[in-house]
Amino acid sequence: MPVIKDVVCTLCGCLCDDLEVTVENNKITKVGKACKLGRAKTMGPFLHERIEKPMIRKNGELEECSYDEAITKAAEILVAAKRPMSYGWCSTSCEAIEKAVLLAEETGSLIDSTANVCHGPSALAAQEKGAPTCSLGTPKNYADLIIFWGCNPVHAHPRHQTRYSTMAKGAFTPNGKKDKKMVVVDPRNTDTAKKADLLLQLKPGTDYVLIEALRAIVNGHEDVLPDEIAGLPKAKVLEFAEMCKAAKFGVLYFGMGITQTRGRYKSGDNVSSLISDLNQITKFVMIGMRGHYNVTGFGQVAAWETGFPMAIDFSRGYPYYNPGETGTNDVLMRREVDAFITGAADPGAHFPQESIKHLFKIPAIQVDGYANPTTEFSDVVIPAAIAGVECDGTAYRMDCQPIRLKKLVETTFKSDEEILTEIIAKVRELKGAEGAKGGA
Amino acid sequence: MIETILISGRTIDQGATLEEKTSQAYFDAAAYCELNEGNLEALGVSVDQNVKVATAHGTVVVPAKIDKRLPDDIVFIPMGPWANAIVDPDTCGCGMPGFKGIPAKVEATTEAVLSMKELMATYKE
Repeated sequence: MPVIKDVVCTLCGCLCDDLEVTVENNKITKVGKACKLGRAKTMGPFLHERIEKPMIRKNGELEECSYDEAITKAAEILVAAKRPMSYGWCSTSCEAIEKAVLLAEETGSLIDSTANVCHGPSALAAQEKGAPTCSLGTPKNYADLIIFWGCNPVHAHPRHQTRYSTMAKGAFTPNGKKDKKMVVVDPRNTDTAKKADLLLQLKPGTDYVLIEALRAIVNGHEDVLPDEIAGLPKAKVLEFAEMCKAAKFGVLYFGMGITQTRGRYKSGDNVSSLISDLNQITKFVMIGMRGHYNVTGFGQVAAWETGFPMAIDFSRGYPYYNPGETGTNDVLMRREVDAFITGAADPGAHFPQESIKHLFKIPAIQVDGYANPTTEFSDVVIPAAIAGVECDGTAYRMDCQPIRLKKLVETTFKSDEEILTEIIAKVRELKGAEGAKGGA
Repeated sequence: MIETILISGRTIDQGATLEEKTSQAYFDAAAYCELNEGNLEALGVSVDQNVKVATAHGTVVVPAKIDKRLPDDIVFIPMGPWANAIVDPDTCGCGMPGFKGIPAKVEATTEAVLSMKELMATYKE
């Protein structure tokens, strides 16, 4: 039985690159070394119901059609729109993302990634204050203090702790967990917290306050702090600060507990300041726990194509960026966009109710391998191959390391890159015809 | 009825069923609300009985589950369509809606839980 080794998992931002996948008669029958998430993702095409055919909604129902018909309809919708929006493109390859950015430029569209509901505020924080960071390999080998702030890797990044952090055996931590301390900051006593040396169960939405208190202690001003901070006794916060100061190399991994709570990007901004303060005493870095496996890649591709990592508006003919204005949820809630294309993401499942109400009102195009809540409001549905399983490409790990995805099986589905390339060609054709008509 | 704070977030079962959101497995992984023992008792609700969770942004009916380690003032719904029916859409001018830390009220109910498709259909205006 052919076993493909060193397969890259395409679920979360860990991009584990050591999976062993058994393929029999063009079918994946076994996935070794993966976590529950990675196994479900890699086996997915053979376990779950696929979108088998392209579809166009007629009289309220999705009806099967050819790829050509769906792609033509998608292009017609985008060309006819005055304020189109493109969203997602994070569970796909950088090659597809490059085409998504090009399509947005061709159609004078807004384009945004899933960072809009994930680590978007972390990008803003990095732009305000910088992000003292490094690859995952550095803390794996050096870190003796691991902090998980507002993230729960046991559930969201299941192999993170064994491959890169708490349990990993590094050059200066040969005994793994025995050579390290682990701190969890979370309002919930999560499964990750079970193995923590210290849990700071702060009140929801008080992350900024706790970061500020830690900064005060690190900078020698603990006397100004009250007895209770963020719902925690001062002594516990002092204990945490002392652990940070005593570390030889500390790493703060952070998640949605920082980006989605009160303070949003200001909390991330203050994390960056805390890390800078700690670097006056010892060595410290921060790394965002990215969710979609290639949301980091979207930021990279968009930045080199447009200068901005997300929330880009091409309506002026050049890239414009102001996330609180041009972010997907802001434009949807302002009822501003009149057409929507999404791929390799599921806004139907992951946007707040107010945004989805508008998506039901405007023509929407979905490019995806599987039916999901987004399908419910989509007027054109284009089935796509699963990157990293049915087609290859490049993805960026959460620490911005590019890793090449493998193609494991053959498929008749078109890749996201092929679909977007064909939509771009059709858009150019339609715009050319419109231009010729206007000229005549 | 209890007044509480709603947090939504990822769970491993929600993550493992991401590619099968029309399935029962995804429904089971994403349509529930975790409360601690004391809050379940206060509501007079057993595990798997339905509760109605209301915020300033909407209401949703989901079965109750138990998380003994949750603080008294927090309930948890996995990220997904059911949580997002009631999260705070306000981005505070920085792009990100409020998916965590939303004031909420929870009460026992005899109302049924909507399927994913039924829930999405409620957004057609």
